[in-house]
Amino acid sequence: MADTLAEVTEEVKQKSRTPSQEVIRHLFKHSSGRAGIIILSILILIAIFAPWIAPYDPIAILRDVDRRDPPCIHILGCPADQPEHIFGIDGNSRDLYSRIIYGSRLSLQVGIITMGFAILIGTIIGAVAGFAGGAIDNILMRLMDVLMAFPSLLLAIAIVSVLGIGLINAMLAIGIVSIPRFARLVRSTVLSVKELEYVQASRALGGSPMHILFQRILPNAITPLIVQGTLGIATAILDAAALSFLGLGAEKPRPEWGLMMGEEKNSIFSAPHLVIFPGLAIMLTVLGFNLLGDGLRDSMDPRLTRSGK
Amino acid sequence: MSQFLGRRLLLLLPVMIGVILITFIIVRLIPGDPCVTMLGERATPAKCEAFLDRYGLNDNIFVQFGRYLLNIGKGDFGTSIKWSRPVVDIIAERLPMTLELTLLAMLFSTVVGILLGVVSALKRNTVIDTITMIIANIGISMPVFWLGLLLAYVFALLLKGTPFVLPPSGRFSAGMALQNLAKFWGMTNVTGFKKFIIDLMSNTVFINCIFTGNWKIFWDSLKHLILPAVAVGTIPMAIIARMTRSSLLEVLGLDYIRTARAKGLIEPKVISKHAMRNALIPIVTIIGIETGELLSGAVLTETVFSLPGMGTAMVGAILARDYPVVQGFVMVIAVIFVLVNLLVDLSYAYLDPRIRLE
Repeated sequence: MADTLAEVTEEVKQKSRTPSQEVIRHLFKHSSGRAGIIILSILILIAIFAPWIAPYDPIAILRDVDRRDPPCIHILGCPADQPEHIFGIDGNSRDLYSRIIYGSRLSLQVGIITMGFAILIGTIIGAVAGFAGGAIDNILMRLMDVLMAFPSLLLAIAIVSVLGIGLINAMLAIGIVSIPRFARLVRSTVLSVKELEYVQASRALGGSPMHILFQRILPNAITPLIVQGTLGIATAILDAAALSFLGLGAEKPRPEWGLMMGEEKNSIFSAPHLVIFPGLAIMLTVLGFNLLGDGLRDSMDPRLTRSGK
Repeated sequence: MSQFLGRRLLLLLPVMIGVILITFIIVRLIPGDPCVTMLGERATPAKCEAFLDRYGLNDNIFVQFGRYLLNIGKGDFGTSIKWSRPVVDIIAERLPMTLELTLLAMLFSTVVGILLGVVSALKRNTVIDTITMIIANIGISMPVFWLGLLLAYVFALLLKGTPFVLPPSGRFSAGMALQNLAKFWGMTNVTGFKKFIIDLMSNTVFINCIFTGNWKIFWDSLKHLILPAVAVGTIPMAIIARMTRSSLLEVLGLDYIRTARAKGLIEPKVISKHAMRNALIPIVTIIGIETGELLSGAVLTETVFSLPGMGTAMVGAILARDYPVVQGFVMVIAVIFVLVNLLVDLSYAYLDPRIRLE
């Protein structure tokens, strides 16, 4: 009797969970989702508390050090009379560890802002195309096809060459080349639900087109947009780092990870730490978003979570 | 099949026109006076006028586009401002290097990726599977140029003195260079399209070696390309491995595989003949999409390994505001990308008769 009672309460509890609670619960059960959350939480904390974590100013030139000094860590046998620089000193006599700590702010901002931009514009284009149909749909989607005919990073490079070099322009370029993905996604969602009965019912009840689009149709696109957006942040961070590495993105002396590697790529043989640590930082950040994206995809897909039980 | 091919080619036309339109518009969107952007702040009005006239920038925008189309049709992509040479010549010189790198990277990513994916799927939920998937996850998160630099560090410095040492920069060892085939054949006065083709062939190491028989330079260049190709190919390799695993796992659960096993087929045959053929369709899609990644990766990796390809030239051109070169290169790469995706579509039709007969 007690068993069934426990089962019943469990069932009631389960029913009382909202869909988003359900997703979060699945996400924490999912091994890569959990790993992604842990990595990103640490990263976000580092970004928020950067001024307290970083021992030095990221752009201050230090006086008592040599350029490109290797890492000096006291507990690993570095003489105690030398100042501690756990990632070493960069080519401009700055503390690499502090620069990498501050770099987390830039990379997170770049990823989230560019994807926010791409999702916003992509959703508008996709919604208009799918909802309006006909010639408008045709024109918008052919435009998206053409944008997708370019390898995305190369198109971003071409756009930067027009807009001019700089981090903001690089972000804009990466945002623009990411639009087609979201536009297609939203359009296909709109098309798949536009003719369903509940939408027609809303129309029959006198719902305005705007009301139908935003209240009845677009909520269906949120799940795939969140998944694609999370994976897109990973790509955006990689692409932004690539542009900065080529010297087309972030301006000196910003502590941008890609730029830091680009500045020191020629000292890979003499001072490998200057390349290894920024790259490691990029890799961990991107890995975090990729794992979270995988986890979200699996836990937001009702078919997978149901069968996974 | 020919009807299918015809339809696909027809669909290509609007995309190609779009690509040309975008490359045309991009340069027109540059803020500021084109004269000032191209000639610099100190250009005199007279010089400016001459410049605008020479490039026809004073004409109506539609006239300009018409001329642009016509010129492309004739194979004229304009003249580089930085190098004062026709852009076509620069393409003929730089494109082969980038294509060699891309192809080698594609070979690496496809072979290793499919192999890892198959092993992972067959040994599902074992240590091998877990390790492979961890490698794949890390692989897709690495910046290409970082991996390139690390490989250069390991194989050129740490492994110095071992047989595994590989050169970290350049296309050939010092003192080696490709011979121009026109010269080799004693041809003079080659111009136009013929010159473009012969230049392309001359600068492609493999083709050059077939004609000149100088295989020493082929092995030398191959050795120089191994590290960049591994760097470029790693992200696509990881993605292909993941795709192969999930695609094969899905197919292996189907009834016809059970039937194949039940009728007594040996396992390797079940995998290669029955399962892989169906599993290949999503894998081929991914390979097509990854070509873009490979081309972008090649552009990035060239800067790391100081390879004289399109990437290094393009970065140089952007920094020098040499727009004709940027325009020409972007277009060439887009055309290659579109053609590869056409090939991918055609291979669907080969793999899946339903698509062919649709």
